[in-house]
Amino acid sequence: MSNSPDQKSNEENAPLTRRTFILAGAGVAAGACYAAAMGYPVYRYLADPSERAQSAVAVKEVFLKDADKLPVGTAMMFKFGVKPALLIRHAENEWTALTAVCTHLACTVQYDQNKKHIFCACHGGVYDAKTGANVSGPPPKPLAKFQVAPAQGGLTISLT
Amino acid sequence: MNTLFQNAFKTAYNWVDERLNIGDAIAFAGKKTVPEHKHSFWYYWGGISMFFFIVQCLTGVLLMIYYRPGAEAYESVRQITNEIKFGWLIRSVHSWSANLMVLAIFIHMFSVFFMKAYRAPREFGWWSGVALLVLTTIFGFSGYLLPMDELAYFATKVGLGIPGSMPGASVLVDLVRGGAEVGDATIQRFFTLHVVVLPALFVPLLGFHLWLVQKHGNAIPPSEELTPVSERRSIPFFPNFFAKDLAVWLIALNVLAVLAALFPWDLGKQADSLSPAPVGIHPEWYFMSSFQILKLFGRWFPGTLGEVLGILVFNLGLVLWMLVPLYDRESPSGVKARRVTYFGLAVLAITLITTFWGYWEV
Ligand code: HEM
Ligand code: FES
Repeated sequence: MSNSPDQKSNEENAPLTRRTFILAGAGVAAGACYAAAMGYPVYRYLADPSERAQSAVAVKEVFLKDADKLPVGTAMMFKFGVKPALLIRHAENEWTALTAVCTHLACTVQYDQNKKHIFCACHGGVYDAKTGANVSGPPPKPLAKFQVAPAQGGLTISLT
Repeated sequence: MNTLFQNAFKTAYNWVDERLNIGDAIAFAGKKTVPEHKHSFWYYWGGISMFFFIVQCLTGVLLMIYYRPGAEAYESVRQITNEIKFGWLIRSVHSWSANLMVLAIFIHMFSVFFMKAYRAPREFGWWSGVALLVLTTIFGFSGYLLPMDELAYFATKVGLGIPGSMPGASVLVDLVRGGAEVGDATIQRFFTLHVVVLPALFVPLLGFHLWLVQKHGNAIPPSEELTPVSERRSIPFFPNFFAKDLAVWLIALNVLAVLAALFPWDLGKQADSLSPAPVGIHPEWYFMSSFQILKLFGRWFPGTLGEVLGILVFNLGLVLWMLVPLYDRESPSGVKARRVTYFGLAVLAITLITTFWGYWEV
């Protein structure tokens, strides 16, 4: 850098000198470090329950005690991990287990015993009770099915 | 590229400025000045106190996300401390910042006292400041119970027991406690006080306090009043003093972070109303002085007399402290002003001595 007078005054008039640029950059970098050092713990603190829920979602199998005593033609709700699920007994040895979370906007669905289909009260979505296929109404996708296996004193429900 | 960016900024700025007149506010802040002299250091302590208050609000809201008052209070604080990620840090920052806030306010108050900044026209600044200190200690006292560990439980029992021993005050104390014993009802009340009532009182009062500072400007200490007006120096509030204020806040933030991370706040055993008080039980340091004064009066005058006398003397002192702007008037000889300074030194000395004495005895 030269000290010639006109160059100096030129630098002062310039909207952005190298010096202010470097200073501003250092300031922004330091600010970003502080923001990260404070933001990260706060984020992890706030995210803790959803992180725990993530590990609960990782459930692969649940055992339903006494579920084999469910009367034919009726249904029951159970929890698969953190999500509600539906178990339907169609006949003595015919079961369907599926997630009860509507594929439209996540309301919890119910089994309609008279009409023998799955029904969502929020916007009138209807699913097939045996396959989980979306039959009518807004739902875009079928309900995911689980595997049902008889076990000692109940039923085992597992991911397919 | 550069000018494009600048033009965009200018357009956006003008759009906002036309509606909000920020230009006026900035020009105003630039005209406002802060005196500069060898005692200027003390002007930062109000801002430091406010910084810690802001930290309290932010961390307090974070704690409320997991804290559950009532029967589950201890368990929820245990979860915050041991299970929820970085919960120990949030809690530690809230506890450390609470203590630093009280300390900063004490320093601020004594510096204002010795700079005689309470004199006309700043009386209301002094009174609102003392009220803010009182609210802060109630913040501390009510917050201290919330984790409901042994220390919290007994500190609250003893703290409420002191006014409870005054004739006629026990009805009031029962109301605050929500019964005859410290329990779940007390936690619920203290929680409401701590997170709703006190902030609702504190924030407008702080606003009033700051508005007054803004209105009257910083007072200069008597020593500085001797220098002729033409030789007094000052710096613009914005951006000069403001930038220094920010730098001081940054130091405060770093001190707080180091303390909170390296000395995480402890959680004691769960309070049990059937187990005896642990040995060495004592109040928070900022109550130690008054606690010790009451203890001494109880020792010198046995029975209820000592307790009542102690409380009376303590409150008399507080009233004298509050009223100082009214009796520290200009007098030609300056004798009165000097007496008030001696009074302040005596109060400071008594506070420090009884605090250390209190710790010596536990
Ligand atoms: C708007 C402001 C505030 C909110 C929302 C708030 C909220 C809370 C909550 C939810 C707790 C219980 C969690 C726990 O015990 O760890 C707590 C504790 C506490 N608070 Fe605050 N607070 C605020 C301001 C303050 C202020 C200004 C002070 C200070 C003087 C203070 C001092 C304390 C103390 C000493 C504890 C006990 C800390 C412990 O041992 O865990 N709080 N606060
Ligand atoms: S959420 Fe089930 S139909 Fe809309």
